[in-house]
Amino acid sequence: MAEITILKRTRTEAVVTQRKFFKKTARGKVIKVLRERYLRDDVSCGIDHCRECTDAQSLPVSGDLQHPSFPNGHFVLPDTNVFLSQMDLVESPLFTPPIILLQTVLEEVRHRSLPLYNRLKALTRMDEKKIWVFYNEYRAETAIIREEGETPNDRNDRGIRKATAWYNSHLKVNRPPIRGQPAPKLPTIVLMTEDAANRQKAVKESMTSVSVRKYVEGMKGATQLLDLLAAEGTSEIEPTKAVAGRQALYPDYLPTTALLAGVKAGQLHQGHFNANQYNYLEGSVPVPGSSKPVLLVGRENMNRAVDGDIVVVEVFDEKEWKAPADEVVDQDATLKNDDAEDSADEGDTEGHEVLTRESKILQSEKRSAERQPTGRVVGVIKRNWRAYVCHIDSTSLTSSNSTSLSQQTVFATPVSRLLPRIRLRTRQAPSLIGQKILVTIDRWDVTSRYPEGHFVRALGKVESKEAEQESLLLEFDVPYRPFGKAILDCLPKEGEQWVVPPKSDSSPDWKNREDLRELIICSIDPPNCQDIDDALHARPLPNGNIEAGVHIADVSNFVHPDTPMDSEAASRGTTVYLVDKRIDMLPALLGTNLCSLRPFVERLAFSAIWEMTPEAEIVNVRFTKSVIASKAAFTYEEAQIRKDDPHHQDDLARSIRLLNTLAQKLKAKRMAAGALNLASPEVKIQLESPESSDPIDVEQKEMRETNSLVEEFMLLANISVARKIEETFPQTAVLRRHLPPPRTNFEKLQDILLKRKDMKLDVSSSRALAASLDQCIDPSEPAFNTLVRIMATRCMLSAEYFCSGSVGKDTFGHYGLASPIYTHFTSPIRRYADVLAHRQLSAAIGYTPLHASLHSKPYVEHVLDVVNRRHRMAQMAGRASVEFYVGLALKGRGEREKKVGGQAAEVTEDAFVIRTFRNGLGVFVSKLGIEGLVMFKKNMQFDAENYTITVRSTTIAVFDKVTVRISVEKDKNTQRGKVKMNLVHPIDSSGL
Amino acid sequence: MVQSISTLKCASRIEILNEGGFRSDGRRQYELRSIEIDLSQQGHADGSAVLTHGLTQVLVSVFGPREAKMRSQTIHDRANINVELSIAAFSAGDRRKRSRGDKRILEFAAAIKSTFEPVIQTSLYPRSQIDIFVQVIQQDGGFLQACINATTIALMSAGIPMIDFICAVSGGVHSTSPLLDLTLLEENDVPNLTVAVMPKTRKVSLVTMETRLHVDRFEEIFKLATEAGQVIHGEMKAAILKWSKGLVKSMGHGNQDRDGGEVDEVGFD
Repeated sequence: MAEITILKRTRTEAVVTQRKFFKKTARGKVIKVLRERYLRDDVSCGIDHCRECTDAQSLPVSGDLQHPSFPNGHFVLPDTNVFLSQMDLVESPLFTPPIILLQTVLEEVRHRSLPLYNRLKALTRMDEKKIWVFYNEYRAETAIIREEGETPNDRNDRGIRKATAWYNSHLKVNRPPIRGQPAPKLPTIVLMTEDAANRQKAVKESMTSVSVRKYVEGMKGATQLLDLLAAEGTSEIEPTKAVAGRQALYPDYLPTTALLAGVKAGQLHQGHFNANQYNYLEGSVPVPGSSKPVLLVGRENMNRAVDGDIVVVEVFDEKEWKAPADEVVDQDATLKNDDAEDSADEGDTEGHEVLTRESKILQSEKRSAERQPTGRVVGVIKRNWRAYVCHIDSTSLTSSNSTSLSQQTVFATPVSRLLPRIRLRTRQAPSLIGQKILVTIDRWDVTSRYPEGHFVRALGKVESKEAEQESLLLEFDVPYRPFGKAILDCLPKEGEQWVVPPKSDSSPDWKNREDLRELIICSIDPPNCQDIDDALHARPLPNGNIEAGVHIADVSNFVHPDTPMDSEAASRGTTVYLVDKRIDMLPALLGTNLCSLRPFVERLAFSAIWEMTPEAEIVNVRFTKSVIASKAAFTYEEAQIRKDDPHHQDDLARSIRLLNTLAQKLKAKRMAAGALNLASPEVKIQLESPESSDPIDVEQKEMRETNSLVEEFMLLANISVARKIEETFPQTAVLRRHLPPPRTNFEKLQDILLKRKDMKLDVSSSRALAASLDQCIDPSEPAFNTLVRIMATRCMLSAEYFCSGSVGKDTFGHYGLASPIYTHFTSPIRRYADVLAHRQLSAAIGYTPLHASLHSKPYVEHVLDVVNRRHRMAQMAGRASVEFYVGLALKGRGEREKKVGGQAAEVTEDAFVIRTFRNGLGVFVSKLGIEGLVMFKKNMQFDAENYTITVRSTTIAVFDKVTVRISVEKDKNTQRGKVKMNLVHPIDSSGL
Repeated sequence: MVQSISTLKCASRIEILNEGGFRSDGRRQYELRSIEIDLSQQGHADGSAVLTHGLTQVLVSVFGPREAKMRSQTIHDRANINVELSIAAFSAGDRRKRSRGDKRILEFAAAIKSTFEPVIQTSLYPRSQIDIFVQVIQQDGGFLQACINATTIALMSAGIPMIDFICAVSGGVHSTSPLLDLTLLEENDVPNLTVAVMPKTRKVSLVTMETRLHVDRFEEIFKLATEAGQVIHGEMKAAILKWSKGLVKSMGHGNQDRDGGEVDEVGFD
């Protein structure tokens, strides 16, 4: 058991040891502060073989003998400003003198910048560095108190000088001259400070004091270290922060009336704020009436807008217009040393550094000539804040002790790169490190650099599948709660046992339904598909024509309007597919059983049946509710094999072949009409087993003939249905369109193609585009065409559902499919728009009357708005899920290779350069379907005109094929897993 | 602790236990704060004590044993102990008046009462009452321990027979390191408990904890606190002895000798 003692404090000491005073808080409340400290004489000096101090020692007895200016050896005793401005120098392995780090200095660094403090703390723990922390404030001889009228800064300086003086005398006392021997050479204590006034005072008190620069210049091997010195003139951070009042960092918003009037008058513009994911200091707002979005550069101009907010912007004069930056600016890197607590407490004096750094970034960009409207946010119409998935930034923590109950102000870094860091106060910060947490933004004041938020709940450990999955769903706002009882009550009572009742005239299920049970119908789907919502058949007719039919699960027979199930489906909008999970739009009983067109079971269907000539000309089409019994459920692969194998001469095989010939002709016609063959990077994750869901590998999705077969007939069905419902309900038909992209979207791609590959892209019409895309072939690089297609796809707008009565008839067209009219009809299990189309079609053929809601334009518009948004979110969630698993797979692959090869825990892949930045490359790894950034530490020679970047005399241009090393790296602070890429070929960028 | 403005602005930034093994006030883990015991007479109380523990200061006045004022509170076979606690509005950081009926105050008073019930020989004074008035003058952590220690001293100065001292001390755990005698800053940050021990019999008469503490850590800190109780006992005993000696001395010399300044007139009431 340790010795327990009572420290005695004499009354005479009270002046130094006790402080009682009152202070006024920011809110004007007066608080009494009581502090005491116990002065002691057992605080160790840290120097070896000290006669007096017996603690563990770490500084060599004679200090450092290397420096020519101090032949007797020396110890460096740095002032606070050395660490604040020259941390890089101190961290350098070449900077080796023994350092006496005073407690005063340590505390001051801590108050100035927590991140710097944490770096310093890490240094003191390193074995290579000889740093001794001397607790001068607890040692009786060196403790001082602030005098009347003395600034805290002066007080600290005095403390530092006092400690220096004490060390000098301490050395002298403990190394007394021995008679008969020359006086021992005493090492010098060198007070290192950037503050000239402090230096002068020190010299006056006969201490040795130098500036950092002077000290380094005198060192051996100074040249390397001199590079690490921060630029001169950093003394501006020295003035103390006792600045009155809070400083506004952002301009105030205009009053709402002024905003609305301004927008009406055309002086101001309203639009969604889009943050730039590569550069956190830039955002854009697409505004109506301008082909290019309004660019917002810098924090003040973005004025507290968060991605997704509806903002009002003011456009500057044309001479102030700028071009978007061509540099990657990473928030985490730039704001590394920013301090959560300080920016909370006092306006901006602390943030000075951050601001200078940021303005440097903004100025340093040599902006290319291409300028676009630039402006600033003057008001926010609607905040679009929600809960964001974040990680806690561990360097912003004051105490990482897990038992600490104190309230701390910390930064939460959102997973999405589009969002700013959020500051929050929490008592459980230490336990939240390494967790995914949910944070909502509460407010963003003009005086605060970051928005303020609060902790909602923890989702779980980073990289645990549950947490990642849930965070994905939350991030993309996917409703994932299980279905409630009210919804499940809408299901047929028979549950799994439900069957199509036997055919009879009295049965309501059979009323007006065609009996198609005898038809040779089959379904073709991806492997392991459970929700089979379409099936096909084809047979020759006696007159030489062919009858082809598409049979879609009759979901509207189960999901009736105005029921809880219907409204839930409408709000979910779509089924979301993640790699290892499916979030259903409809309860699983319907999706995977009653509405799933399984083989050998009778199922209700909605059929579209065409009579076609052998040349695939449609003679007529009819739609009918039906009962079918599928004869087989193929996968694409099985269907392909069945079709190709000449030994199979059964009805099914013949049916597939017939369908296939028709599909080919349909496709040819579609292509001739100008349909685009687009590409998006799609990969498939191979999971080890359905239970463990550990990804093994990533492979690209294969496209077979049968894929195209199904696709063609689905398109045909959708188009036919669209015509029918639009004809019957011209005001409220649920349709889907794809607007032609504005030509300006392609400008950049056209320019790159022309300059790099001497290729032209004709974007005048979809047909012209399709034709010119076919021309973009690099004979040496087969994947090049796909790459161009992917990039072209990104220039386009996304397709959307709309209500036929709300837009002009000339805008109904589907650009990508080159069809004048289109809808979604074929997947009612997983898309709500299809359910609406089913209802409308059912009314159009007189099967059921149309529910009143579907006659109402506002209702349809509202539902489709929701569905459009959900659809977009679902796509992004799916993609993000794939990305996460690609990351896991990469990690897994790296580890396996490590086991086999003994080292090299990374994966190398070929990649294409798709973007160049001043300090990096955007690359696309087609094999894995991921995009990444290769960052260089310094700016390289960058030619914005020609899209090239020169790295050590190797020039890399857009479209160049490079080899990258991919590794998954965890951000130390935020625990955010990042895919990190390094160039391997043509040049190794790992050191750059 | 650094005396700069910034320190005060963000009190939460104080390190509870730094790497040199020092706490925010320069103590080490097992070092207790300075204890001062003042036994001078307060008003016309039968016994009184001012105990200063670090910057926490408590004044306790004891009246009795005397006839119970209310019949309802009379217990026929022993004395009734009545504890009243008041916390001065100016004692803590933020000025705040607490009413007498404040639940928190009543709870503390009840804790003090139940702590002393087993040590005071109440059966010697049936149908009477012992009033203990505790006034907290200044708070800087360890408020309950100071109350209990001061009450022990005050009871003794009132000459009330007790079977043992009661010595209280608080303890906490920062990460895995136990700390003794917490200041307000530390109390706010680390899980803490207060233990009151009877040093001679080595019995524990009070353990209270308002924060959560891992059960594995509890035993360690509990044992440590009981040890620390012994140390505090030494301090208290010395103070009592000194005071009693002064008393004896002044009794021997009669009323003329005023050497034992602080003990004058005690015992002649």
